[in-house]
Amino acid sequence: MNVGLPHFLTISAALFSLGLFAVMSRRNAVGILMGVELMLNAANINFVAFSRYVEHGVDGQIMSAFVIVLAAAEAAVALAIVLAMFRNFGSVNADTVQSLKQ
Amino acid sequence: MTADLIFVILALLTVVPAVWVVFSPNIVHAGFALLFTLLGVSGLYAYLGADFVAVTQVMVYVGGILVLVLFTVMMTRVPPSGKRRHGLDRYVPAAILALGVFGLLYKAITSVQWAASISPAQPTTAEIGTKLMTDYIFPFEYVSLVLLAAMVGAAILIRERREDRYTAEDIPETVDPDREVTS
Repeated sequence: MNVGLPHFLTISAALFSLGLFAVMSRRNAVGILMGVELMLNAANINFVAFSRYVEHGVDGQIMSAFVIVLAAAEAAVALAIVLAMFRNFGSVNADTVQSLKQ
Repeated sequence: MTADLIFVILALLTVVPAVWVVFSPNIVHAGFALLFTLLGVSGLYAYLGADFVAVTQVMVYVGGILVLVLFTVMMTRVPPSGKRRHGLDRYVPAAILALGVFGLLYKAITSVQWAASISPAQPTTAEIGTKLMTDYIFPFEYVSLVLLAAMVGAAILIRERREDRYTAEDIPETVDPDREVTS
């Protein structure tokens, strides 16, 4: 076996699909957030793999560092929202929060 | 040969706990499985010669985001209710979409002849630092602003706001139109 670009892209596709499944099937809001993190990591693997095999520079790595920073910001805001949700509704299930429905 | 073995180990370390993250009914177990997935992804970065990104991944994801996620999980534990709905209506569309996306991506990956040539591994940190201060100076400053705004926003969201909370005496008495005016 010669490890190349397609192997990394396949791992990334698997991670992305798993994250998508988690986002759609989890009821716990923190579980949904974990799915989002998996998807962001999949995109990051693609950035770094293309940077190594195709671009031969560090631009892809810089982009993935930006993605990591944005993921940190997103996680902080999302977890604050989850805690506020728990305080107001007593639950972290995404489908118990439907005040706007009425 | 050894490199291939390391790659396989890293790939398994990434994907197998990710499956556990998705399917575990216990959210705490899912959080700890996410730890192994993130470490595996960091190992893949190191395998790809991206040393700076690998260390950043460990520091920010494992040291920051994952701890935050686990704290939130621990603080929002609710005792599981007796009835567990096994929502097939929820799993079937998700499985169809996820498998469809994976199939499409895999088809695209295998059908393209990648003109890939590997570049020699060399330390990247100095070059990344130089580029961040020259070519990417505007995105670099901008992302720091975004991070600051997100932190302030999270702090405001999480703040206890007593004056906003409705209590029984806050609710104004409803005026009953049929009530006789006595005074």
